[in-house]
Amino acid sequence: MTTPSQTVGPFLSIGLPWPDGPTVVPEGTAGAIRIVGTVYDGAGQPVPDALIETWQADPDGHFDHPDDPSGPLRKDFRAFGRCPTESDGTYWILTLPPGAIPGQAPHIDVSVFARGLLNRVVTRIYLADDPADPVLSSVDPARRHTLIAQPTDHGYRFDIRLQGENETVFFDV
Amino acid sequence: MYLRDEPGTHPPLDSPGYKSTALRHPSQRPVLLPQKLTEITGPLLGEGRLSPNDNDLTAQHAGEPQGQRIIVHGRLLEGDGKPVANSLVEIWQANAGGRYNHVRDRWPSPVDPNFDGVGRTLTDAEGRYTFTTIKPGAYPWQNHDNAWRPAHIHFSVFGRSFTQRLVTQMYFPDDPLFGQDPIFNSVPDPAARARMISSFDMSRTVPNWALAYSFDIVVRGRDATPFEEEVDDE
Repeated sequence: MTTPSQTVGPFLSIGLPWPDGPTVVPEGTAGAIRIVGTVYDGAGQPVPDALIETWQADPDGHFDHPDDPSGPLRKDFRAFGRCPTESDGTYWILTLPPGAIPGQAPHIDVSVFARGLLNRVVTRIYLADDPADPVLSSVDPARRHTLIAQPTDHGYRFDIRLQGENETVFFDV
Repeated sequence: MYLRDEPGTHPPLDSPGYKSTALRHPSQRPVLLPQKLTEITGPLLGEGRLSPNDNDLTAQHAGEPQGQRIIVHGRLLEGDGKPVANSLVEIWQANAGGRYNHVRDRWPSPVDPNFDGVGRTLTDAEGRYTFTTIKPGAYPWQNHDNAWRPAHIHFSVFGRSFTQRLVTQMYFPDDPLFGQDPIFNSVPDPAARARMISSFDMSRTVPNWALAYSFDIVVRGRDATPFEEEVDDE
């Protein structure tokens, strides 16, 4: 009997973002990568009123949570990132690459909230294709590329297409 | 394992009455994601996220905001009534005139210089939260002819796992605008819609100071029945 989800509405940016939200690790952290992307709607237009949240393991594959018994987490690593999109639909996260978890390739869980989205949609960022990953292998091979971040000079690009051609694969969690 | 939500609880992403869903709802069915360590864990955002007066939206400026002062309180619970403790609750809302403190809100109702409309707090050991704020006004929007949003406060809760993450809206009892609002009515199940409506709470009013509304938020609970063994994470 859960409470229903509702849209964040057009003015999510007054209440949800934090000044340090996009920096999962502080600027200047050794080994940090910047993930940048654009959120697009079904007409190919950028979505300027969306918010991205990320949740991930640290580079050793540990989660900052009591339900992960695997060990201590790195200092200065919040594991959670949060960034509203700009007027051109872009977001960014500065983080450390996630480590592999037993049985799963390195990945980042992603929530997308936006005006016009009555419930968040959930996807995953993989930094490389790994056919052995059970989640990637459960996805239609023709759509799997939408979950793979593309390397750039400073990290990775991960665009999110809510609808239409090359629509991002979203998950039911 | 966290329970999945019952059909009818959440709005369909494609809800034609709410026009902005048209180009933003995915057209492909979501792929079922097994709940692994990534999904059963989630951000635990503690004291470092809070500043003084974050849960008193009437005390964030030198002067008091215009409007009816209200206490909004409730509990963050799992489906079986178990409280979710030490969890971040964030709210944002319009002012008493129905105007958001946002550059893109252009509806001709005054901005209140003493009201940001933003609050944060942590639930206590029993899952309780409290905000002091003012009752938001209804406001017009462009969705359909003479469209007005019922008064509402946006709520964001994290719970303790990625699967419990929820953004919702709290409505006020007996709002005359419910019948024509496609966002409220996007929730298919009438009983689920009712769970978004707060209750007037005389017992928590503050004499000569504030009215009060009670609003419990229920997120998914863990499945108590032992299932056949999932493929283990370890």
